[in-house]
Amino acid sequence: MIIHPVLSWLNEWWQGVVATYGLPSCFVPAAQMVVHAILIGGFIAVLVLFLIWLTRKVSAHIQQRFGPMRVGWHGSVQTVADALKLMQKEDTTPRSCDRPVFNIAPFLAFAPTIVAFVVIPFGDGAIIRDLNIGVLFLFAITTINVIGVISGGWASGSKYSLLGGFRSAAQLVSYEVPLVLSALGVIMLAGSMKMGAIVDAQSRIWFVAYQPLAFVIYIIAATAEVNRTPFDIPEAEQEIVAGFNVEYSGMKFAMFFLAEFANMFLIAAIAATLFLGGWRGPWLPGEFWFLAKSFAIVLLLMFFRWTYPRLRVDQLMSFAWKFLLPLAFLNLIITGLILVLI
Amino acid sequence: MATDTAIHTQEFQVNMGPQHPSTHGVFRMVLTMDGERVVDCEPHVGFLHRSMEKMAENRLYIQFLPMADRIDYLSSLFCSVAHCQAVEQLMEIEVPPRAKYLRTMFMELNRIASHCIFFGVFALDLGAVTPFLYGFRERELTMDLLEMTTGQRITFNYPRFGGVAADLPDSFFAVAEKFLKVFPGRITDYERILNENEIFLARTKGVGVVDGARAINYGWSGPNLRASGVNFDLRQNMPYEAYGELGYEAVVLSNGDCYDRYLVRILEMRASHALIKKCLEGLPDGPIVKEKVSKFPKVPAGEVYARVESPRGDYGLYLVSDGTNKPYRYKLRTPSFNNLSMIREMLPGVYLADVVPIFGSLDVILPDVDR
Repeated sequence: MIIHPVLSWLNEWWQGVVATYGLPSCFVPAAQMVVHAILIGGFIAVLVLFLIWLTRKVSAHIQQRFGPMRVGWHGSVQTVADALKLMQKEDTTPRSCDRPVFNIAPFLAFAPTIVAFVVIPFGDGAIIRDLNIGVLFLFAITTINVIGVISGGWASGSKYSLLGGFRSAAQLVSYEVPLVLSALGVIMLAGSMKMGAIVDAQSRIWFVAYQPLAFVIYIIAATAEVNRTPFDIPEAEQEIVAGFNVEYSGMKFAMFFLAEFANMFLIAAIAATLFLGGWRGPWLPGEFWFLAKSFAIVLLLMFFRWTYPRLRVDQLMSFAWKFLLPLAFLNLIITGLILVLI
Repeated sequence: MATDTAIHTQEFQVNMGPQHPSTHGVFRMVLTMDGERVVDCEPHVGFLHRSMEKMAENRLYIQFLPMADRIDYLSSLFCSVAHCQAVEQLMEIEVPPRAKYLRTMFMELNRIASHCIFFGVFALDLGAVTPFLYGFRERELTMDLLEMTTGQRITFNYPRFGGVAADLPDSFFAVAEKFLKVFPGRITDYERILNENEIFLARTKGVGVVDGARAINYGWSGPNLRASGVNFDLRQNMPYEAYGELGYEAVVLSNGDCYDRYLVRILEMRASHALIKKCLEGLPDGPIVKEKVSKFPKVPAGEVYARVESPRGDYGLYLVSDGTNKPYRYKLRTPSFNNLSMIREMLPGVYLADVVPIFGSLDVILPDVDR
């Protein structure tokens, strides 16, 4: 309702420009792509700055502290100051590391997150590419993230980061399965993998009402996917110090950090789209509802993080394979049966 | 015939400490790992050795009094009380009752402060950040009370030969009243955060189990020993200061795992709270220090063993005097050292993630180990 008209106006204006000056027609989609890339990049940058501030404030208030208070109103510009500090930091590379892999790993971890935002419907028509395999694309692209984490852990040449990298691999492989299975229930109901179609299918009742079990499985598996407590064993500070990113500093560290927070929002946005009706809501513009629902889930993840201790690596595995996976299959079978019978 | 193409697993060594977020100071473990499992552990202590015993032997008794606080900085009052007790026993000084009560009360406050830190740090070791700050919040209350009387927040330098340094200020009672009222609710908060938390139980129950016989063999004492089902608490079995009059019943649990070691300390905080209440109610009038005791005493020749129940266990001090104003031999038996001694036997076979809670549940403090 907000983004769509602006984008289409921009598009028409540019088409006019191209037609008036007789430029090649390939300029139209090219310019569109550039605008979209800038939009997503800008959105993620602002979002992450806000999310980091929010995390610190939420954690502070749970822990009876104030959190950042000095820079800006209630510390609101603190993360900008931190980002500036990180940019100025020396970019150290440990001697024993595998240099090319070490350097590329942070970007491997961050890039898939940006790409994934392409299929997220922010509002009515505010989706960059409504692919017909939207959900599949999302889960496929977010899994690439783990390659960055493993290669970062491997290339650092430190045993702590190696342990962190392998833990991360084991965890992501295990939790990917229940995550996708829980989304399958929604796809069966909507009859489409298109993100737009899934939102449209929820115009009357949100899918969380039909799929409460899948929603719970999704939230648990998603928490594990983004390495948040109680599933943050890849970067367990008390055991393996900081896990895969222990040797990273400066902007490379910031890339991992950026990926982590952007992923957290992404996972919440997917939950909002698949289960909570996406941008649909009364009176207010769709963009508002989308953000409100996503941030509600983000807050939930934050409450988890500041309340629970951490699971052990074997408990984490057995929980995924012995508990979540059977539940996800059960949910799938029940959904299928009901769909066939009704 | 084995071929070289067979897949091997290779053990590797991880050096945990002396700089590591969860070795509680400067403790170093060289862990031999098989994947995520610990095969062997080689502990290294001594990074914080300050030769406390030798320093004591080169100083006047009163000069070592403030230094004794530094032996175990989280329960500093116990170290200096033990120092005073040893001197008093050799000089045959009877401490006035009010001083005894004051010592007892502040030792219990100090115990609560120490256990609060344990609670916070143990939860932090398991990855829960919030309890850490809760623990420090309540510690602050006890620190305030101690600061009002002793003027210090960590190393109090409060006891003197034959009594204590300062009486309670008038404003103390109102603040103490408030603390006594608030604190039980805060412990309930602690219990609500962790005691029934499914993840916390999964991480601590049945982890690092030590039975009573083994605990005694290794010279364990304090909450660790009582968590293994051994009913031994100096406050109950060999009362000193005002504990005899107040009466104390030790908190004993039976499983000997990390969870029980945690729970004993939570229950002891409640018991300490009750003791402080009793102390304040039954606080006798009278002098706070025995008259005519020299500040620079010449201690009669002889030997004595003074022991107190510190938050970490049985803190013992073996003092030999040759009749001069300096100790001839000052031997410390610190509980942390003995409690830590089993770590090499406890760790093999557990996951790397369990190393931290097992080590944390012993509640050792490195200056107390290394002295």
